[in-house]
Amino acid sequence: MSFLSLKNVTASYGATQALFGVDLSLEEGEFLALMGRNGMGKSTTIKIICRMMKHQDGEVNFAGRDMRGLPSHKAARLGVGLVPEGRRCFPNLTVEENLTAAARTGEWTLDRIFDFLPRLRERREQSAATLSGGEQQMLAIGRALMTNPKLLLLDEATEGLAPNIRTEIWAMIGQLKATGLSIIAVDKSLKELRGVADNCVILERGATAWTGSAGDLDDATASRLLGV
Amino acid sequence: MRIHFKTDYLQDIRLFEDRREMIQYILLILAALSAPFWLDEYLLGEITYVLIYVLAGIGLMVLAGHTGQPSLGHAAFLACGAYMQVILLEAGVPFLISLPLAGLFSGVVGAIVAIPALKMSGIYLAIATLAFGIMVEDVIILLEHWTGGVEGVLTPAITIGGFEIDRWTTPDYFYWLCLIVVILVTVAYKNLLRSPTGRAFTAIRDSEVSARAMGVNVARYKMIAFGVSCFFTGLAGALLAHFLQAFNYEAFLILISIQLLLMVTVGGLGSIHGAYYGAIVIGLLPVVITILREEVSELMGLGNFTIPGLETGIFALILVIFIIVEPLGIYGRWTKIRIWLELFPMARKDMFRRQKSYLKTERMK
Amino acid sequence: MDILQLLIGGIANGCIYGLVALGFVLIYKATEAVNFAQGDMMMIGAFITLTMVNEEWWGLPFGIGVILAIVIMAGLSYLLEVVVIRKLFGQPQFAVVILTIALGFVLRFFAGVIWGHDPQSLETPFAGKAFDIGGLILGYDEAVVIIATAVLTISLYFFFQRTRLGVAMQAASQNQLAAYYMGIPVKWISSMIWAVAGVTATVAGILFAAKGAIDPASGLLGIKAFAAAVIGGFGSLPGALAGGLIIGIVEPMAQYFAPPGYSQIMPYAIMLIVLVVRPNGLFAQIQQKKV
Repeated sequence: MSFLSLKNVTASYGATQALFGVDLSLEEGEFLALMGRNGMGKSTTIKIICRMMKHQDGEVNFAGRDMRGLPSHKAARLGVGLVPEGRRCFPNLTVEENLTAAARTGEWTLDRIFDFLPRLRERREQSAATLSGGEQQMLAIGRALMTNPKLLLLDEATEGLAPNIRTEIWAMIGQLKATGLSIIAVDKSLKELRGVADNCVILERGATAWTGSAGDLDDATASRLLGV
Repeated sequence: MRIHFKTDYLQDIRLFEDRREMIQYILLILAALSAPFWLDEYLLGEITYVLIYVLAGIGLMVLAGHTGQPSLGHAAFLACGAYMQVILLEAGVPFLISLPLAGLFSGVVGAIVAIPALKMSGIYLAIATLAFGIMVEDVIILLEHWTGGVEGVLTPAITIGGFEIDRWTTPDYFYWLCLIVVILVTVAYKNLLRSPTGRAFTAIRDSEVSARAMGVNVARYKMIAFGVSCFFTGLAGALLAHFLQAFNYEAFLILISIQLLLMVTVGGLGSIHGAYYGAIVIGLLPVVITILREEVSELMGLGNFTIPGLETGIFALILVIFIIVEPLGIYGRWTKIRIWLELFPMARKDMFRRQKSYLKTERMK
Repeated sequence: MDILQLLIGGIANGCIYGLVALGFVLIYKATEAVNFAQGDMMMIGAFITLTMVNEEWWGLPFGIGVILAIVIMAGLSYLLEVVVIRKLFGQPQFAVVILTIALGFVLRFFAGVIWGHDPQSLETPFAGKAFDIGGLILGYDEAVVIIATAVLTISLYFFFQRTRLGVAMQAASQNQLAAYYMGIPVKWISSMIWAVAGVTATVAGILFAAKGAIDPASGLLGIKAFAAAVIGGFGSLPGALAGGLIIGIVEPMAQYFAPPGYSQIMPYAIMLIVLVVRPNGLFAQIQQKKV
């Protein structure tokens, strides 16, 4: 049994169905890129994994456990850490408070985060609202790491950031992969993801359209499914 | 279900959606006008009271329902209108002039109050208006010279062209007078909503920042909203003065302000109908409770028992249930029922489902 | 000397306002909602204690009665959140304001039915005793009020500032969705904070009923406490206490110095001035509203 597996998962927002059968599996230590054009169900899939949304049919298994009916904080406690789209830092809390708010004990401690993201140490006492976009993104990543996740979900982690900061963040994500953390990253930039991802899952109209290793993704498939 | 095939933009802002609606309202007005012929005096008095509350509710609805500025101190403007009316009438001003003047005075006070209130929004505005509403009681007592202090004042009778209108001796005339004012104000309100000013109000309610971006002068329109709202409420106050005939500061306690706000919420924030429904509930609840109480005590042989505060308690309970089950109030629920009936049996369960929303702080450092 | 005596009375009163204001701020800090029923929760807490302790009711020993009342009120507030308030999760602040106002009316009504409308006093072991410090009279009750308030405020302040749960509570109010994402049990936190607010309300109620008398309408004191919270900036615990003290001290002073009729207006006038001059309170946390 894989570390995380979604089998034929369907979900809907009220009367509107969003997922029509997503299949996805991830081994421990694997880096999976979840891709697809806008509105194809990437974010919904992420929401299903961290239990912000209930799925209708299909199975979601994580670390050998059926996730059906689990509230989101229990999922987080099981080891699902999320870097949400749009960062969503706690604006009036200081950087340190942001990091400790949801922290759970484990290898990642405040010191280790500050070593990993030295910029945050400088900003320790500053409120999150005063950080730049890149720093907020780092804070969001640090905050997710402080929950000591077994699986890190990165939803559009470099959206709206300057190219040099994107590179910096992708380098950091690469380092995280090297520590053996399982990661699922949602992003639109194929170029950068190809560099770090082991495997790719591409969604189309709420269902898995292509699965395979990142190296096997040829340009024809990419342009057909991703439109790039 | 009625389908309107629109061929002109002006159709969107017509006073009535179609002829059927127009006929319905005309019938309603005719029924209301004929009420004195088929209702007894007690009920007619109660309905007159409801009408005055409708007027006050419309005033608050402009502000809370359409501009999104909750006011917890609107009884203060009721007081402005009421006392001004008495002062003007005693100074010999004829009723037809004093009534709009009393409303105008209240409106001006409202617009002035709005100036400091412009800086505040949401909860802070509610608090500031609450403070204002509380202070009014004491201010009324302090302004004894004009308001008669704790003793209060007597309202002079209304004479229009030799006709004497009095709540007790000629309840029919007084009812018609209130009804006409209410109809005029309702039409004015409806027209206001169709005008650019009204659209600006709604824009401010839905998003102040977006409204600003669309070129709405937020400060100015908020002031106008306060002015209009308090004008309507002031008119209600003036009529209330005639309804009560003798009153003091106790007619304008902070609880009345809160009750007004609860009233428009139960009726349905953001709709003219809501002001009517809310006033009907609050005005007729005591009547219903009185009748029920008599029934119950007769059935169980309890004699004449009373529970103080029963009306407010029951009303608040109704409100709690409404906010939880139907935040859009009676009007919202009625709209849903109507649409369901019109679509029957095609209505879908999720048609009115609300998107799940999450709270985000409004605090920024 | 008179003025000093007034000051002591004012501080003791101010502490009670401060305690109720603390309840407002607690709930606001953790859930961004404003609980207009806080004053009525105080009244209910006082009545429950009174039922436990007073001779005419159950006549339990004072300490046991107080602890029982606190536990009961914590439970009731917790339930109130679960059954009523939680239904409004994620809805505009204003809906919660109206809801809690209505709840206040309901509580007042039930209190009137259960305990009647006559003012009643809480029988306490420290009634009628006083310290005499060089001519100044400090009642035991006043001393207890001041000490209890100081202890509660300081411990709550450290709870929010230092403990992880306190920080998590603030996080939950700032971005509910992100808090969910991070695995903070947002709903449980909301219930817990209501329970804590219920406890502070009960303590305030006990102190209030011990110093004076309580009746169902006493909940309206909440409005004054509200002014205190606003003066303090509504997001700050020490601010709430400071606001309470300001109002508590100004009231008797105004009664002493100002012409009659003006003193009742003072708390609200101060609040309005604060709102106009510094719309976000003296200890502002909030400076700007987002889109």
